[in-house]
Amino acid sequence: MLSAARNILKPSVARTFAAGKAYKHTLPPLPYAYDALEPYIATEIMTLHHTKHHQTYVNGLNAAEEAYASADSTAKKISLQSHINHSLFWKNLAPAKEGGGKLVSGGALEKALVKDFGSVEEFKKTMNAKTAAIQGSGWGWLGYDPVAKKLEVVTTPNQDPLLSHVPIIGIDIWEHAFYLQAR
Amino acid sequence: MAHTLPPLPYAYNALEPYISEEIMVLHHTKHHQTYVNALNAAEASYAKASTPKERIALQAALKFNGGGHINHSLFWKNLAPSAAVNKGNGGVLRDGAFKQAIEEAFGSLDNLKKEFNATTAAIQGSGWGWLGFNPSTKRLELATTPNQDPLLHLVPIIGVDIWEHAFYLQYKNVKPDYLNAIWNVINFEEAEARFNEAVGGSKL
Repeated sequence: MLSAARNILKPSVARTFAAGKAYKHTLPPLPYAYDALEPYIATEIMTLHHTKHHQTYVNGLNAAEEAYASADSTAKKISLQSHINHSLFWKNLAPAKEGGGKLVSGGALEKALVKDFGSVEEFKKTMNAKTAAIQGSGWGWLGYDPVAKKLEVVTTPNQDPLLSHVPIIGIDIWEHAFYLQAR
Repeated sequence: MAHTLPPLPYAYNALEPYISEEIMVLHHTKHHQTYVNALNAAEASYAKASTPKERIALQAALKFNGGGHINHSLFWKNLAPSAAVNKGNGGVLRDGAFKQAIEEAFGSLDNLKKEFNATTAAIQGSGWGWLGFNPSTKRLELATTPNQDPLLHLVPIIGVDIWEHAFYLQYKNVKPDYLNAIWNVINFEEAEARFNEAVGGSKL
């Protein structure tokens, strides 16, 4: 179930085992311009969120891993978790004019959403309600439970990655993800 | 009896330039108000609950919203318009038993600020930084609480909200700038009153 996370960070991990010395995680570039998600997510938010918040987690992760022997294992864990979550996040967003927000009609995901939630609208309602109800910082997820073989909405607190399900869609509900725009 | 939003002890712009009016308005009239409303709703449901399961199911809402109401009520009172811009006494710690207790526990006020800011900035997620009084050791110490958990094991002396809504509109991601700035509006008089009450001593 960590395979989504593993894939996101694959190049770095491979380099580590090969080189046997310190390697560096890097901030993945956004798959679109900083203003590409307007008017839904503001340029100002995307710039800060990507170049400051995610970059800080990447830097923190690299620093903690370099000093691994005496590292604060909690700091390293949090940085890694946040790096995983944000890397998934950028990829699961897309500009509206490049298909963002549009679910392929008749595709496997649509069928699964209808099967497990009744309708796509019902899924969105459930996702939003559960994500908004997080008490503190965290993430809302559409996840696939490979044992029960169904899609479910789950949440994780702070920067905890989704481990119990395969992440399909993640939504950052930390205040930094929306406060400048939605107040 | 229903809880109500306590009024701010000062105008919404009174903590400028350290905490912006925009933040104060949203923080007080939206965020704190929401905790009050949700606390009242949770307590109303709890009063109607008749089984342990129903009561347990409501505990998270009581803790979150009750904690939010407690914490923010303490917060507004431990802030004050700043002496640095001639608006009040915010930021000024006068001589006395409280100042002595700070120096005994931290060496100096500056060192308290440094350590407080470091532990508060290190909170992972949302939460609160606290200077508290330990009634067993009778000393001041630092603590943090996650999310809206209230401070229970120490008497709260000074609380600082480090949820992003408390600073983001003004300081964006630069938490250290907010934490440095807020000391200009910390109400040390209120803190001293809390300290004196905790010690249970006289003010002579």
